[in-house]
Amino acid sequence: MKKIITAKEAAKLVKSNSTIMVGGFLSCGAPDKIINAIVDEDIKGLTLICNDTSFPDKDKGLLIQKDEMIKKVITTHIGTNPTTGKKMHSGEIEVEFYPMGTLVEKIHAKGSGLGGVLTPTGVGTILENGKKTIQIDGKKYIFEEPLGADIAIIYGTIVDKYGNVKYEGTTRNFNTSMATAADVVIVQAEKIVETIDPNEVVIPGIFIDYIVNSEENE
Amino acid sequence: MTLTMQNLTKEKIKEIIAKRIAKEFKENDIVTLGIGLPTEAANYVDENMNIIFQSENGILGLGKDQKGPNYNNKIINAGGVCVEVNKGASFYDSQMAFTIMRGGHIDATVLGALQVDEEGSIASWQIPGKFVPGIGGSMDLIIGSKRVIVAMTHTSKDEIKIMKKCTLPLTAYKEVNMIVTERCVFQVTSEGLVLTEINPLFTIDDIKASTEADFRISKYLKEMEI
Repeated sequence: MKKIITAKEAAKLVKSNSTIMVGGFLSCGAPDKIINAIVDEDIKGLTLICNDTSFPDKDKGLLIQKDEMIKKVITTHIGTNPTTGKKMHSGEIEVEFYPMGTLVEKIHAKGSGLGGVLTPTGVGTILENGKKTIQIDGKKYIFEEPLGADIAIIYGTIVDKYGNVKYEGTTRNFNTSMATAADVVIVQAEKIVETIDPNEVVIPGIFIDYIVNSEENE
Repeated sequence: MTLTMQNLTKEKIKEIIAKRIAKEFKENDIVTLGIGLPTEAANYVDENMNIIFQSENGILGLGKDQKGPNYNNKIINAGGVCVEVNKGASFYDSQMAFTIMRGGHIDATVLGALQVDEEGSIASWQIPGKFVPGIGGSMDLIIGSKRVIVAMTHTSKDEIKIMKKCTLPLTAYKEVNMIVTERCVFQVTSEGLVLTEINPLFTIDDIKASTEADFRISKYLKEMEI
C-alpha cells in the first residue's frame, strides 16, 4: 500500500535548487493541485523538466510566473507561455530546448537504465553543436545523455492503493516516462480506488512513492 | 464572386492553401497536420476517403473539434483544443507518439515554416532574440515522415520566405518534399525547386520577384484551383 499525502505535504518534499520533472501536455494531464501547493511554498532555484511551460496562469506556467522559483527549464516548447520567453530573454531563466521525441527518450533512457539515446533528429541543425555524433550504417545520429530528476510530479486519472495508474484520453503524455526517471515519484490522482484491473494498468505501482488525492484538495 | 487580387483576403489565402494540401492525401494515409493553417486542410478532405490523423500528444484517429458546452478536457489536440476521436482511434503516451513519428510510420506531415530553401531545408522554430517558441514535435516529425509538405503564405508581409539558403536556425536539413503557398506549388527535387502549379492571379515574374530561391518551371505547369 502506498502512502497517501496531501498536496501541501507533497510540496514540502520539493527542496530549493533541486531538479523536478512535471508531467502534462499543456494543461492536459498536468498535476495542477500539487503545482499550486508548490507555488505556495518558499522554494527557489529549481530546474524544471517539462514538455512545455503551458499558459502563464495555468499549472506549469504558475511555476514560471513565481519570481526566482525556477532557474532553468529543460523543455521542448514555450510558445504558449509568453512569460517564459520574457524571463528567458531577460536572463532570469535559462531555457534548454530539445525536440519532444528526444526529451522523452532521454527520460526513458534514465528510467530504463540505458546509457543514452542515438537520434537522427536535429542532425544538420544547431542542436548538433557541441554534441557527440555517431555514424551507423552511413547515417548520422546525435548522442543524447539520459535525463533524470530528484522528484517527478505526475498526474493519474485513476490510481489504486498499490500505486497502479490508469489514464483517460490524452492525459498520459510525459507522465508515464517521468514515473520511471526520478528518485521520488508523486502522482496526483483524480480518483483513488481499491484496485485497478491489472489488464488496465498503464504505470505499475512500483514506480510510485506517494499519492495525492485531488478530491481532498478541492 | 470572381477572385481578384483585391479580394484575396487572409481567409481566402488560407482556403486556397488548405484545399490544395487536402489533395495530397491518399486513401489510408496516416497524416500529421501542424497547428494553425495546416490543420485547416482536414476541412477539405473528401469525406469518403479514409485518412488517419495523428496528434503528437497521443492520438491516432483524431476527429473534429468538440462542440461545447460540456468539453471533455482529457482529450485535446497538440494545440490544446478539446477534440473528438474517430472510430478505431487510440491513445498513447509521448514515447509511443514519437515512436510513430520519428520511426517512419507517418505517410505525410504538413507544417508551416518561417523559411524554406531550395535544398528542402526548413526553419520554423525561432527568430533568435525575437520569437522563440521552441521545437515541440516538429524536428522529429520532419525527420521521420515519409513526405513533408510545407504550407505557408508565400511571403510574410513583404519578407521573402522561400530562400536559396535559410538564414534562420534550421528545424531540419534537406527534408521538405513540397511547398504550397497561395501563389504556387513547388516540388523539391535533388536538382532544386520545380514550379508545378501557379495561381492564375499571379505571373511567373510575380513568383520570381517574391522568391529568392532559383526554380525551374515544369513543362506540365498547371493552374492552381482557387
